[in-house]
Amino acid sequence: MITIARLTIGEAARRRILWVLVILAAIAVGITGWGVDRLVTLARENGTAEFQIQFGVSQILIFIAFQFTFVLAMTAAFLGSPAIASDLESGIALALLARPLRRTSYLLGRWLGLAVVLVAYGGGSALLAILVVGRVSGYTPPSVLMPIVYLSAEGLVVLTLSLLLSTRLPPIGAGAIAVVAFGLSWMAGAIERVGLAITASNPGVNLEIVGQVGRALLPTDGLWRGVVYGLEPGIVIAAASGQPLAEANPFFAASPPTVGFLAWAVTWVLLVTLLAAFSLRRREL
Amino acid sequence: MTRSTEPVIDVTDLRKRYGRVDALAGLTMAVQPGEIFGFLGPNGAGKTTTVKLLLGLARPSGGRGTLLGEPLGDREARRRVGYLPELFRFQPWLRAREVLALHADLIGLPGADRARRFEDSLGLVGLADRAGSAVGTFSKGMQQRLGLGVALLGEPALVILDEPTSALDPIGRIDVRAILRTARERGAAIFLNSHLLSEVEQVCDRVAIVDRGRVVAEGTLAAVLGAQETRVRCEAVDPAGLASLAAFGPLRVEGRELVFVDLLEPRVPDLVAALVDLGVRIQAVVSGRESLERRFLELVGHPPPEAPT
Repeated sequence: MITIARLTIGEAARRRILWVLVILAAIAVGITGWGVDRLVTLARENGTAEFQIQFGVSQILIFIAFQFTFVLAMTAAFLGSPAIASDLESGIALALLARPLRRTSYLLGRWLGLAVVLVAYGGGSALLAILVVGRVSGYTPPSVLMPIVYLSAEGLVVLTLSLLLSTRLPPIGAGAIAVVAFGLSWMAGAIERVGLAITASNPGVNLEIVGQVGRALLPTDGLWRGVVYGLEPGIVIAAASGQPLAEANPFFAASPPTVGFLAWAVTWVLLVTLLAAFSLRRREL
Repeated sequence: MTRSTEPVIDVTDLRKRYGRVDALAGLTMAVQPGEIFGFLGPNGAGKTTTVKLLLGLARPSGGRGTLLGEPLGDREARRRVGYLPELFRFQPWLRAREVLALHADLIGLPGADRARRFEDSLGLVGLADRAGSAVGTFSKGMQQRLGLGVALLGEPALVILDEPTSALDPIGRIDVRAILRTARERGAAIFLNSHLLSEVEQVCDRVAIVDRGRVVAEGTLAAVLGAQETRVRCEAVDPAGLASLAAFGPLRVEGRELVFVDLLEPRVPDLVAALVDLGVRIQAVVSGRESLERRFLELVGHPPPEAPT
Protein backbone atom coordinates (compact mmCIF):
# COMPACT_ATOMS: atom_id res chain seq x y z
CA MET A 1 0.00 0.00 0.00
CA ILE A 2 2.78 2.41 0.93
CA THR A 3 4.63 1.62 -2.32
CA ILE A 4 1.54 2.55 -4.34
CA ALA A 5 0.90 5.66 -2.21
CA ARG A 6 4.49 6.80 -2.82
CA LEU A 7 4.09 6.04 -6.51
CA THR A 8 0.88 8.13 -6.59
CA ILE A 9 2.45 11.13 -4.86
CA GLY A 10 5.50 10.81 -7.09
CA GLU A 11 3.24 10.78 -10.13
CA ALA A 12 1.46 13.95 -8.99
CA ALA A 13 4.83 15.66 -8.47
CA ARG A 14 6.50 14.34 -11.63
CA ARG A 15 3.54 15.12 -13.86
CA ARG A 16 3.52 18.67 -12.48
CA ILE A 17 0.01 18.27 -11.04
CA LEU A 18 1.25 19.32 -7.60
CA TRP A 19 3.06 22.33 -8.95
CA VAL A 20 0.08 23.46 -11.00
CA LEU A 21 -2.09 23.19 -7.88
CA VAL A 22 0.44 25.15 -5.81
CA ILE A 23 0.66 27.90 -8.43
CA LEU A 24 -3.15 28.08 -8.75
CA ALA A 25 -3.50 28.25 -4.96
CA ALA A 26 -0.90 31.01 -4.74
CA ILE A 27 -2.68 33.02 -7.45
CA ALA A 28 -6.10 32.53 -5.81
CA VAL A 29 -4.82 33.49 -2.36
CA GLY A 30 -2.94 36.47 -3.78
CA ILE A 31 -6.05 37.81 -5.53
CA THR A 32 -8.18 37.16 -2.42
CA GLY A 33 -5.72 39.01 -0.19
CA TRP A 34 -5.52 41.93 -2.58
CA GLY A 35 -9.31 42.15 -2.95
CA VAL A 36 -10.03 41.94 0.78
CA ASP A 37 -7.31 44.50 1.47
CA ARG A 38 -8.90 46.93 -1.01
CA LEU A 39 -12.41 46.43 0.42
CA VAL A 40 -11.32 46.82 4.03
CA THR A 41 -9.24 49.89 3.22
CA LEU A 42 -12.18 51.51 1.41
CA ALA A 43 -14.59 50.60 4.22
CA ARG A 44 -12.28 52.06 6.84
CA GLU A 45 -11.81 55.22 4.80
CA ASN A 46 -15.62 55.56 4.65
CA GLY A 47 -15.84 55.23 8.44
CA THR A 48 -17.56 51.83 8.51
CA ALA A 49 -17.73 50.38 12.02
CA GLU A 50 -15.09 47.74 12.73
CA PHE A 51 -17.61 45.06 13.73
CA GLN A 52 -19.36 45.57 10.38
CA ILE A 53 -16.04 45.20 8.59
CA GLN A 54 -15.33 42.01 10.50
CA PHE A 55 -18.77 40.65 9.65
CA GLY A 56 -18.31 41.56 5.99
CA VAL A 57 -14.90 39.88 5.82
CA SER A 58 -16.31 36.72 7.45
CA GLN A 59 -19.02 36.62 4.76
CA ILE A 60 -16.42 37.12 2.02
CA LEU A 61 -14.37 34.28 3.49
CA ILE A 62 -17.44 32.01 3.50
CA PHE A 63 -18.21 32.92 -0.09
CA ILE A 64 -14.60 32.23 -1.13
CA ALA A 65 -14.74 28.92 0.76
CA PHE A 66 -17.95 28.08 -1.11
CA GLN A 67 -16.22 28.66 -4.44
CA PHE A 68 -13.21 26.73 -3.29
CA THR A 69 -15.24 23.68 -2.22
CA PHE A 70 -16.29 23.29 -5.85
CA VAL A 71 -12.71 23.69 -7.01
CA LEU A 72 -11.60 21.14 -4.44
CA ALA A 73 -14.42 18.74 -5.32
CA MET A 74 -13.49 18.94 -9.00
CA THR A 75 -9.83 18.46 -8.15
CA ALA A 76 -10.74 15.39 -6.09
CA ALA A 77 -12.95 14.03 -8.87
CA PHE A 78 -10.38 14.54 -11.60
CA LEU A 79 -7.55 13.13 -9.49
CA GLY A 80 -9.58 10.15 -8.32
CA SER A 81 -11.53 9.18 -11.41
CA PRO A 82 -8.56 8.27 -13.65
CA ALA A 83 -6.47 6.84 -10.79
CA ILE A 84 -7.65 3.27 -11.30
CA ALA A 85 -9.60 3.43 -14.57
CA SER A 86 -6.59 4.70 -16.54
CA ASP A 87 -4.33 2.00 -15.16
CA LEU A 88 -6.91 -0.62 -16.10
CA GLU A 89 -7.51 0.81 -19.57
CA SER A 90 -3.85 1.31 -20.45
CA GLY A 91 -2.68 -2.07 -19.17
CA ILE A 92 -0.39 -0.59 -16.50
CA ALA A 93 -2.47 -2.42 -13.89
CA LEU A 94 -1.71 -5.82 -15.49
CA ALA A 95 1.98 -5.61 -14.66
CA LEU A 96 1.30 -4.26 -11.15
CA LEU A 97 -1.47 -6.64 -10.12
CA ALA A 98 0.35 -9.71 -11.40
CA ARG A 99 2.85 -8.98 -8.61
CA PRO A 100 2.10 -10.12 -5.05
CA LEU A 101 0.04 -6.99 -4.52
CA ARG A 102 -3.47 -7.26 -3.14
CA ARG A 103 -5.99 -5.29 -5.13
CA THR A 104 -7.23 -3.79 -1.87
CA SER A 105 -3.69 -2.59 -1.09
CA TYR A 106 -3.45 -1.10 -4.55
CA LEU A 107 -6.75 0.74 -4.04
CA LEU A 108 -5.83 1.96 -0.54
CA GLY A 109 -2.42 3.05 -1.79
CA ARG A 110 -4.06 5.08 -4.52
CA TRP A 111 -6.49 6.59 -1.98
CA LEU A 112 -3.76 7.43 0.50
CA GLY A 113 -1.47 9.03 -2.07
CA LEU A 114 -4.23 11.14 -3.57
CA ALA A 115 -5.55 12.04 -0.11
CA VAL A 116 -2.12 13.42 0.80
CA VAL A 117 -2.03 15.50 -2.39
CA LEU A 118 -5.60 16.70 -1.94
CA VAL A 119 -5.30 17.62 1.74
CA ALA A 120 -1.97 19.34 1.12
CA TYR A 121 -3.59 21.39 -1.64
CA GLY A 122 -7.00 21.99 -0.03
CA GLY A 123 -5.81 22.41 3.53
CA GLY A 124 -2.74 24.40 2.52
CA SER A 125 -4.72 26.77 0.30
CA ALA A 126 -7.41 27.29 2.96
CA LEU A 127 -4.85 27.94 5.70
CA LEU A 128 -2.96 30.38 3.51
CA ALA A 129 -6.17 32.21 2.55
CA ILE A 130 -7.28 32.52 6.19
CA LEU A 131 -3.85 33.79 7.27
CA VAL A 132 -3.60 36.29 4.41
CA VAL A 133 -7.15 37.59 4.97
CA GLY A 134 -6.43 37.82 8.72
CA ARG A 135 -3.28 39.76 7.99
CA VAL A 136 -4.91 42.34 5.70
CA SER A 137 -8.26 42.67 7.49
CA GLY A 138 -7.65 41.77 11.11
CA TYR A 139 -10.38 39.10 11.00
CA THR A 140 -9.42 35.56 11.87
CA PRO A 141 -12.16 32.94 12.36
CA PRO A 142 -12.70 31.64 15.91
CA SER A 143 -11.17 28.32 14.87
CA VAL A 144 -8.68 28.21 12.04
CA LEU A 145 -8.45 24.43 12.16
CA MET A 146 -12.16 23.58 12.01
CA PRO A 147 -12.96 24.98 8.53
CA ILE A 148 -9.75 23.52 7.13
CA VAL A 149 -10.56 20.05 8.49
CA TYR A 150 -14.15 20.14 7.20
CA LEU A 151 -13.03 21.46 3.82
CA SER A 152 -10.43 18.73 3.48
CA ALA A 153 -12.98 16.14 4.59
CA GLU A 154 -15.31 17.28 1.81
CA GLY A 155 -12.51 16.71 -0.68
CA LEU A 156 -11.81 13.25 0.75
CA VAL A 157 -15.48 12.24 0.44
CA VAL A 158 -15.50 13.20 -3.26
CA LEU A 159 -12.16 11.46 -3.75
CA THR A 160 -13.53 8.26 -2.20
CA LEU A 161 -16.61 8.36 -4.43
CA SER A 162 -14.43 8.99 -7.51
CA LEU A 163 -12.21 6.03 -6.72
CA LEU A 164 -15.26 3.77 -6.33
CA LEU A 165 -16.55 4.89 -9.72
CA SER A 166 -13.05 4.56 -11.19
CA THR A 167 -13.07 0.82 -10.51
CA ARG A 168 -15.87 0.36 -13.05
CA LEU A 169 -16.25 3.45 -15.23
CA PRO A 170 -13.97 5.26 -17.67
CA PRO A 171 -12.20 8.31 -16.19
CA ILE A 172 -14.38 11.02 -17.73
CA GLY A 173 -17.62 9.29 -16.75
CA ALA A 174 -16.46 8.67 -13.19
CA GLY A 175 -15.28 12.29 -12.78
CA ALA A 176 -18.45 13.79 -14.20
CA ILE A 177 -20.70 11.67 -11.98
CA ALA A 178 -18.69 12.56 -8.87
CA VAL A 179 -18.92 16.31 -9.59
CA VAL A 180 -22.64 16.13 -10.34
CA ALA A 181 -23.24 14.14 -7.15
CA PHE A 182 -21.37 16.79 -5.18
CA GLY A 183 -23.51 19.55 -6.72
CA LEU A 184 -26.74 17.66 -6.06
CA SER A 185 -25.75 17.11 -2.43
CA TRP A 186 -25.22 20.85 -2.00
CA MET A 187 -28.56 21.57 -3.68
CA ALA A 188 -30.33 19.09 -1.41
CA GLY A 189 -28.84 20.92 1.57
CA ALA A 190 -29.95 24.28 0.17
CA ILE A 191 -33.51 22.97 -0.37
CA GLU A 192 -33.51 21.74 3.21
CA ARG A 193 -32.48 25.19 4.47
CA VAL A 194 -35.25 26.88 2.50
CA GLY A 195 -37.61 24.21 3.77
CA LEU A 196 -36.78 25.09 7.34
CA ALA A 197 -37.89 28.68 6.75
CA ILE A 198 -41.07 27.56 5.04
CA THR A 199 -41.85 25.06 7.80
CA ALA A 200 -41.62 27.87 10.36
CA SER A 201 -44.69 29.54 8.80
CA ASN A 202 -46.28 26.43 7.21
CA PRO A 203 -45.85 23.51 9.63
CA GLY A 204 -47.40 21.09 7.13
CA VAL A 205 -44.53 21.49 4.66
CA ASN A 206 -41.48 19.36 5.43
CA LEU A 207 -38.53 19.61 3.07
CA GLU A 208 -36.02 18.55 5.70
CA ILE A 209 -36.12 15.03 4.38
CA VAL A 210 -34.44 16.18 1.14
CA GLY A 211 -31.37 17.37 3.02
CA GLN A 212 -31.32 14.31 5.26
CA VAL A 213 -31.39 11.95 2.29
CA GLY A 214 -28.77 14.04 0.50
CA ARG A 215 -26.43 13.95 3.50
CA ALA A 216 -26.92 10.22 3.91
CA LEU A 217 -26.08 9.55 0.27
CA LEU A 218 -23.12 11.95 0.11
CA PRO A 219 -22.11 13.72 3.30
CA THR A 220 -20.41 16.69 1.62
CA ASP A 221 -23.17 19.24 2.36
CA GLY A 222 -23.15 18.37 6.07
CA LEU A 223 -19.39 18.94 6.07
CA TRP A 224 -19.90 22.23 4.25
CA ARG A 225 -22.04 23.36 7.22
CA GLY A 226 -18.97 22.71 9.37
CA VAL A 227 -16.86 24.93 7.12
CA VAL A 228 -19.42 27.73 7.37
CA TYR A 229 -19.76 27.38 11.12
CA GLY A 230 -16.00 27.51 11.56
CA LEU A 231 -15.63 30.70 9.53
CA GLU A 232 -18.41 32.67 11.23
CA PRO A 233 -17.77 35.16 14.05
CA GLY A 234 -19.36 34.01 17.32
CA ILE A 235 -21.45 37.18 17.50
CA VAL A 236 -23.18 36.36 14.18
CA ILE A 237 -24.01 32.86 15.34
CA ALA A 238 -25.47 34.17 18.58
CA ALA A 239 -27.52 36.86 16.82
CA ALA A 240 -28.89 34.73 13.97
CA SER A 241 -29.53 31.40 15.70
CA GLY A 242 -33.19 30.46 15.82
CA GLN A 243 -34.18 33.08 13.24
CA PRO A 244 -35.98 31.21 10.44
CA LEU A 245 -34.72 33.46 7.63
CA ALA A 246 -31.14 33.22 8.84
CA GLU A 247 -31.41 29.45 9.20
CA ALA A 248 -32.62 29.31 5.60
CA ASN A 249 -29.39 30.86 4.36
CA PRO A 250 -27.10 28.14 2.95
CA PHE A 251 -24.17 30.38 3.90
CA PHE A 252 -25.08 30.33 7.59
CA ALA A 253 -24.80 27.55 10.15
CA ALA A 254 -26.10 27.92 13.67
CA SER A 255 -24.28 24.84 14.91
CA PRO A 256 -21.44 22.55 13.87
CA PRO A 257 -22.21 19.10 12.43
CA THR A 258 -23.44 16.70 15.10
CA VAL A 259 -21.30 13.85 16.38
CA GLY A 260 -23.83 11.45 14.88
CA PHE A 261 -23.39 13.00 11.45
CA LEU A 262 -19.60 12.98 11.74
CA ALA A 263 -19.74 9.30 12.70
CA TRP A 264 -21.88 8.68 9.62
CA ALA A 265 -19.41 10.62 7.42
CA VAL A 266 -16.52 8.45 8.64
CA THR A 267 -18.66 5.31 8.23
CA TRP A 268 -19.64 6.46 4.74
CA VAL A 269 -15.99 6.80 3.70
CA LEU A 270 -15.22 3.35 5.13
CA LEU A 271 -18.24 1.73 3.49
CA VAL A 272 -17.57 3.28 0.08
CA THR A 273 -13.90 2.30 0.30
CA LEU A 274 -14.94 -1.27 1.13
CA LEU A 275 -17.34 -1.23 -1.79
CA ALA A 276 -14.56 0.06 -4.07
CA ALA A 277 -12.24 -2.72 -2.84
CA PHE A 278 -14.96 -5.31 -3.45
CA SER A 279 -15.66 -3.88 -6.90
CA LEU A 280 -11.98 -3.93 -7.87
CA ARG A 281 -11.47 -7.45 -6.52
CA ARG A 282 -14.38 -8.70 -8.61
CA ARG A 283 -13.18 -6.90 -11.71
CA GLU A 284 -11.86 -9.12 -14.50
CA LEU A 285 -8.69 -7.68 -16.00
CA MET B 1 18.12 -22.24 -7.94
CA THR B 2 16.76 -25.48 -6.48
CA ARG B 3 14.91 -27.32 -9.17
CA SER B 4 11.71 -29.02 -8.11
CA THR B 5 10.19 -31.82 -10.14
CA GLU B 6 6.69 -30.53 -9.56
CA PRO B 7 5.13 -28.84 -12.62
CA VAL B 8 5.36 -25.05 -12.45
CA ILE B 9 2.01 -24.84 -14.24
CA ASP B 10 -0.52 -27.61 -13.96
CA VAL B 11 -4.08 -27.00 -15.12
CA THR B 12 -6.90 -29.44 -15.68
CA ASP B 13 -10.12 -28.75 -17.55
CA LEU B 14 -9.68 -25.00 -17.10
CA ARG B 15 -12.68 -23.06 -18.34
CA LYS B 16 -13.49 -19.42 -18.84
CA ARG B 17 -16.74 -18.07 -20.16
CA TYR B 18 -17.37 -14.41 -21.06
CA GLY B 19 -21.11 -14.06 -21.41
CA ARG B 20 -22.07 -16.65 -24.02
CA VAL B 21 -18.56 -17.06 -25.36
CA ASP B 22 -16.30 -19.86 -24.18
CA ALA B 23 -12.81 -18.33 -24.13
CA LEU B 24 -11.43 -21.53 -22.60
CA ALA B 25 -13.31 -24.79 -22.99
CA GLY B 26 -11.48 -27.30 -20.81
CA LEU B 27 -7.78 -26.54 -21.12
CA THR B 28 -5.42 -29.15 -19.71
CA MET B 29 -1.63 -28.85 -19.75
CA ALA B 30 1.47 -29.00 -17.57
CA VAL B 31 4.71 -27.04 -17.77
CA GLN B 32 7.80 -28.55 -16.17
CA PRO B 33 10.55 -26.68 -14.28
CA GLY B 34 13.45 -25.47 -16.38
CA GLU B 35 11.79 -25.79 -19.77
CA ILE B 36 10.80 -23.24 -22.36
CA PHE B 37 7.20 -24.01 -23.15
CA GLY B 38 5.63 -22.55 -26.24
CA PHE B 39 1.92 -21.83 -26.11
CA LEU B 40 0.73 -21.44 -29.66
CA GLY B 41 -2.60 -20.60 -31.10
CA PRO B 42 -4.42 -18.39 -33.57
CA ASN B 43 -5.91 -15.07 -32.48
CA GLY B 44 -8.81 -15.61 -30.10
CA ALA B 45 -7.73 -19.15 -29.19
CA GLY B 46 -7.60 -18.30 -25.47
CA LYS B 47 -3.86 -17.75 -24.99
CA THR B 48 -4.01 -14.43 -23.14
CA THR B 49 -7.06 -15.58 -21.18
CA THR B 50 -5.04 -18.57 -19.99
CA VAL B 51 -2.23 -16.30 -18.81
CA LYS B 52 -4.68 -14.07 -16.94
CA LEU B 53 -6.23 -17.06 -15.20
CA LEU B 54 -2.80 -18.37 -14.20
CA LEU B 55 -1.93 -15.03 -12.60
CA GLY B 56 -5.28 -14.44 -10.93
CA LEU B 57 -6.04 -11.43 -13.12
CA ALA B 58 -9.28 -13.14 -14.13
CA ARG B 59 -11.29 -15.88 -12.43
CA PRO B 60 -11.85 -19.28 -14.03
CA SER B 61 -15.42 -20.39 -14.66
CA GLY B 62 -14.42 -23.98 -14.00
CA GLY B 63 -11.59 -26.45 -13.72
CA ARG B 64 -8.59 -26.37 -11.43
CA GLY B 65 -4.91 -25.67 -11.54
CA THR B 66 -1.74 -24.75 -9.71
CA LEU B 67 1.01 -22.23 -10.30
CA LEU B 68 4.34 -23.17 -8.68
CA GLY B 69 2.44 -25.68 -6.59
CA GLU B 70 -0.05 -23.13 -5.25
CA PRO B 71 -3.64 -22.44 -6.34
CA LEU B 72 -3.98 -20.19 -9.40
CA GLY B 73 -3.51 -16.53 -8.53
CA ASP B 74 -1.87 -17.29 -5.17
CA ARG B 75 -0.11 -14.17 -3.91
CA GLU B 76 3.08 -15.84 -2.70
CA ALA B 77 3.38 -17.85 -5.91
CA ARG B 78 3.15 -14.60 -7.86
CA ARG B 79 6.21 -13.35 -5.95
CA ARG B 80 8.23 -15.98 -7.88
CA VAL B 81 6.70 -15.22 -11.27
CA GLY B 82 7.87 -12.66 -13.81
CA TYR B 83 5.27 -11.49 -16.31
CA LEU B 84 5.42 -9.48 -19.49
CA PRO B 85 1.86 -8.68 -20.59
CA GLU B 86 0.90 -8.54 -24.23
CA LEU B 87 -0.29 -5.00 -23.54
CA PHE B 88 3.00 -3.86 -22.00
CA ARG B 89 2.64 -0.39 -20.53
CA PHE B 90 4.59 1.21 -17.74
CA GLN B 91 4.18 4.56 -16.03
CA PRO B 92 5.47 6.96 -18.73
CA TRP B 93 6.72 9.47 -16.16
CA LEU B 94 8.98 6.91 -14.41
CA ARG B 95 12.58 6.41 -15.44
CA ALA B 96 13.58 2.91 -16.57
CA ARG B 97 15.56 2.37 -13.36
CA GLU B 98 12.55 3.50 -11.30
CA VAL B 99 10.24 1.01 -13.03
CA LEU B 100 12.58 -1.76 -11.90
CA ALA B 101 12.72 -0.26 -8.38
CA LEU B 102 8.91 -0.22 -8.22
CA HIS B 103 8.66 -3.87 -9.18
CA ALA B 104 11.53 -4.75 -6.84
CA ASP B 105 9.51 -3.17 -4.01
CA LEU B 106 6.41 -5.11 -5.01
CA ILE B 107 8.20 -8.47 -4.96
CA GLY B 108 10.15 -7.56 -1.82
CA LEU B 109 13.58 -7.76 -3.43
CA PRO B 110 16.24 -7.23 -0.74
CA GLY B 111 17.88 -3.82 -0.87
CA ALA B 112 21.53 -4.88 -0.59
CA ASP B 113 22.50 -5.09 -4.26
CA ARG B 114 19.39 -3.73 -5.90
CA ALA B 115 21.22 -1.02 -7.84
CA ARG B 116 23.54 -3.62 -9.36
CA ARG B 117 20.59 -5.87 -10.21
CA PHE B 118 18.81 -3.01 -11.94
CA GLU B 119 21.88 -2.23 -14.01
CA ASP B 120 22.26 -5.96 -14.83
CA SER B 121 18.63 -6.25 -15.89
CA LEU B 122 18.80 -3.18 -18.08
CA GLY B 123 22.10 -4.35 -19.55
CA LEU B 124 20.59 -7.75 -20.33
CA VAL B 125 17.83 -6.20 -22.42
CA GLY B 126 20.08 -3.62 -24.06
CA LEU B 127 18.92 -0.57 -22.14
CA ALA B 128 21.98 0.04 -19.95
CA ASP B 129 22.51 3.50 -21.41
CA ARG B 130 18.85 4.50 -20.94
CA ALA B 131 18.51 3.70 -17.23
CA GLY B 132 17.84 7.36 -16.39
CA SER B 133 15.45 8.05 -19.27
CA ALA B 134 11.70 8.40 -18.78
CA VAL B 135 9.67 5.51 -20.15
CA GLY B 136 7.53 8.01 -22.05
CA THR B 137 10.51 8.75 -24.30
CA PHE B 138 10.97 5.06 -25.21
CA SER B 139 9.92 3.49 -28.51
CA LYS B 140 7.52 0.54 -28.36
CA GLY B 141 10.39 -1.86 -28.86
CA MET B 142 12.36 -0.29 -26.02
CA GLN B 143 9.34 -0.49 -23.75
CA GLN B 144 9.00 -4.17 -24.59
CA ARG B 145 12.66 -4.69 -23.80
CA LEU B 146 12.12 -2.91 -20.49
CA GLY B 147 9.13 -5.17 -19.84
CA LEU B 148 11.30 -8.20 -20.40
CA GLY B 149 13.86 -6.81 -17.93
CA VAL B 150 11.07 -6.26 -15.40
CA ALA B 151 9.78 -9.81 -15.94
CA LEU B 152 13.23 -11.29 -15.33
CA LEU B 153 13.91 -9.15 -12.24
CA GLY B 154 14.64 -11.13 -9.09
CA GLU B 155 15.40 -14.38 -10.95
CA PRO B 156 11.83 -15.72 -10.92
CA ALA B 157 11.19 -19.46 -11.02
CA LEU B 158 8.64 -18.96 -13.79
CA VAL B 159 8.60 -16.29 -16.47
CA ILE B 160 5.37 -15.78 -18.38
CA LEU B 161 5.82 -13.87 -21.60
CA ASP B 162 2.79 -12.89 -23.65
CA GLU B 163 3.91 -12.17 -27.23
CA PRO B 164 7.30 -10.87 -26.03
CA THR B 165 8.67 -9.89 -29.44
CA SER B 166 5.60 -8.28 -31.00
CA ALA B 167 7.26 -4.85 -31.08
CA LEU B 168 10.83 -5.94 -31.71
CA ASP B 169 12.93 -5.82 -34.86
CA PRO B 170 14.80 -8.96 -36.04
CA ILE B 171 17.86 -8.06 -33.94
CA GLY B 172 15.66 -7.67 -30.89
CA ARG B 173 14.07 -11.07 -31.54
CA ILE B 174 17.45 -12.73 -31.70
CA ASP B 175 18.40 -10.99 -28.44
CA VAL B 176 15.23 -12.24 -26.78
CA ARG B 177 15.92 -15.83 -27.80
CA ALA B 178 19.39 -15.58 -26.25
CA ILE B 179 17.94 -14.06 -23.06
CA LEU B 180 15.38 -16.85 -22.78
CA ARG B 181 18.02 -19.54 -23.20
CA THR B 182 20.13 -17.86 -20.49
CA ALA B 183 17.16 -17.77 -18.14
CA ARG B 184 16.52 -21.46 -18.79
CA GLU B 185 20.17 -22.27 -18.01
CA ARG B 186 19.73 -20.59 -14.64
CA GLY B 187 16.79 -22.93 -13.99
CA ALA B 188 13.77 -20.79 -14.77
CA ALA B 189 10.79 -22.21 -16.60
CA ILE B 190 9.50 -19.98 -19.38
CA PHE B 191 5.95 -19.93 -20.63
CA LEU B 192 6.08 -18.33 -24.05
CA ASN B 193 2.73 -17.26 -25.37
CA SER B 194 3.10 -16.55 -29.05
CA HIS B 195 1.65 -16.86 -32.49
CA LEU B 196 5.08 -16.50 -34.11
CA LEU B 197 5.83 -20.06 -35.13
CA SER B 198 9.45 -19.42 -36.07
CA GLU B 199 10.11 -17.98 -32.65
CA VAL B 200 8.61 -20.97 -30.91
CA GLU B 201 10.33 -23.43 -33.23
CA GLN B 202 13.75 -21.99 -32.47
CA VAL B 203 13.62 -21.72 -28.73
CA CYS B 204 11.01 -24.01 -27.17
CA ASP B 205 11.60 -27.43 -25.64
CA ARG B 206 7.93 -28.30 -25.72
CA VAL B 207 4.85 -26.72 -27.20
CA ALA B 208 1.13 -26.82 -26.80
CA ILE B 209 -1.14 -25.76 -29.60
CA VAL B 210 -4.39 -24.29 -28.44
CA ASP B 211 -7.45 -23.70 -30.54
CA ARG B 212 -10.91 -22.56 -29.47
CA GLY B 213 -9.95 -22.81 -25.82
CA ARG B 214 -8.57 -26.36 -25.92
CA VAL B 215 -5.13 -27.85 -26.27
CA VAL B 216 -5.16 -29.74 -29.56
CA ALA B 217 -1.56 -30.97 -29.39
CA GLU B 218 1.12 -30.95 -26.73
CA GLY B 219 4.61 -32.35 -26.48
CA THR B 220 8.10 -31.93 -27.81
CA LEU B 221 8.41 -30.29 -31.19
CA ALA B 222 9.26 -33.67 -32.73
CA ALA B 223 6.17 -35.23 -31.21
CA VAL B 224 3.88 -32.43 -32.30
CA LEU B 225 5.35 -32.23 -35.78
CA GLY B 226 5.13 -35.97 -36.26
CA ALA B 227 7.45 -38.28 -38.14
CA GLN B 228 10.41 -37.43 -40.35
CA GLU B 229 9.40 -37.60 -43.99
CA THR B 230 11.39 -37.92 -47.20
CA ARG B 231 9.49 -36.75 -50.25
CA VAL B 232 10.69 -37.76 -53.71
CA ARG B 233 9.14 -35.98 -56.69
CA CYS B 234 9.57 -38.24 -59.67
CA GLU B 235 7.92 -40.03 -62.59
CA ALA B 236 5.31 -42.65 -61.78
CA VAL B 237 6.75 -45.90 -60.44
CA ASP B 238 5.07 -49.20 -61.32
CA PRO B 239 3.77 -51.51 -58.55
CA ALA B 240 6.69 -53.90 -58.86
CA GLY B 241 9.09 -51.02 -58.50
CA LEU B 242 7.19 -49.73 -55.43
CA ALA B 243 7.37 -53.23 -53.88
CA SER B 244 11.12 -53.25 -54.34
CA LEU B 245 11.36 -50.02 -52.31
CA ALA B 246 9.81 -51.64 -49.24
CA ALA B 247 13.26 -51.92 -47.69
CA PHE B 248 13.24 -48.14 -47.17
CA GLY B 249 10.35 -48.28 -44.72
CA PRO B 250 6.68 -47.30 -44.88
CA LEU B 251 5.85 -45.64 -48.17
CA ARG B 252 2.82 -43.85 -49.58
CA VAL B 253 2.17 -42.18 -52.87
CA GLU B 254 0.82 -38.60 -52.89
CA GLY B 255 0.22 -37.50 -56.48
CA ARG B 256 3.61 -37.16 -58.10
CA GLU B 257 5.44 -37.71 -54.83
CA LEU B 258 6.65 -40.79 -53.02
CA VAL B 259 6.60 -40.18 -49.27
CA PHE B 260 8.90 -42.32 -47.10
CA VAL B 261 8.22 -42.15 -43.37
CA ASP B 262 11.02 -42.20 -40.78
CA LEU B 263 13.74 -42.85 -43.33
CA LEU B 264 17.06 -42.01 -41.73
CA GLU B 265 18.93 -39.29 -43.57
CA PRO B 266 22.10 -41.42 -44.20
CA ARG B 267 19.93 -43.79 -46.22
CA VAL B 268 18.57 -41.12 -48.56
CA PRO B 269 21.47 -41.54 -51.10
CA ASP B 270 20.76 -45.30 -51.13
CA LEU B 271 17.11 -44.58 -51.92
CA VAL B 272 18.08 -42.23 -54.75
CA ALA B 273 20.45 -44.93 -56.15
CA ALA B 274 17.68 -47.55 -55.97
CA LEU B 275 15.26 -45.29 -57.84
CA VAL B 276 17.89 -44.57 -60.52
CA ASP B 277 18.47 -48.33 -60.85
CA LEU B 278 14.72 -48.69 -61.45
CA GLY B 279 15.06 -46.17 -64.25
CA VAL B 280 12.98 -43.56 -62.46
CA ARG B 281 13.77 -39.93 -63.36
CA ILE B 282 13.97 -37.88 -60.13
CA GLN B 283 13.07 -34.19 -60.03
CA ALA B 284 13.52 -33.40 -56.32
CA VAL B 285 14.23 -35.03 -52.99
CA VAL B 286 13.25 -33.23 -49.79
CA SER B 287 13.93 -34.73 -46.42
CA GLY B 288 12.72 -33.29 -43.09
CA ARG B 289 9.87 -32.96 -40.72
CA GLU B 290 6.62 -31.33 -41.52
CA SER B 291 6.97 -27.62 -40.84
CA LEU B 292 5.43 -26.28 -37.64
CA GLU B 293 3.42 -23.88 -39.73
CA ARG B 294 1.90 -26.70 -41.80
CA ARG B 295 1.21 -28.78 -38.71
CA PHE B 296 -0.26 -25.78 -36.92
CA LEU B 297 -2.63 -25.08 -39.79
CA GLU B 298 -3.72 -28.72 -39.85
CA LEU B 299 -4.35 -28.74 -36.11
CA VAL B 300 -6.39 -25.56 -36.03
CA GLY B 301 -8.49 -26.69 -38.97
CA HIS B 302 -7.06 -24.54 -41.75
CA PRO B 303 -5.94 -26.58 -44.77
CA PRO B 304 -2.26 -25.91 -45.52
CA PRO B 305 -1.72 -24.16 -48.86
CA GLU B 306 -0.57 -26.33 -51.75
CA ALA B 307 3.19 -26.35 -52.18
CA PRO B 308 4.26 -24.47 -55.32
CA THR B 309 5.18 -26.75 -58.18
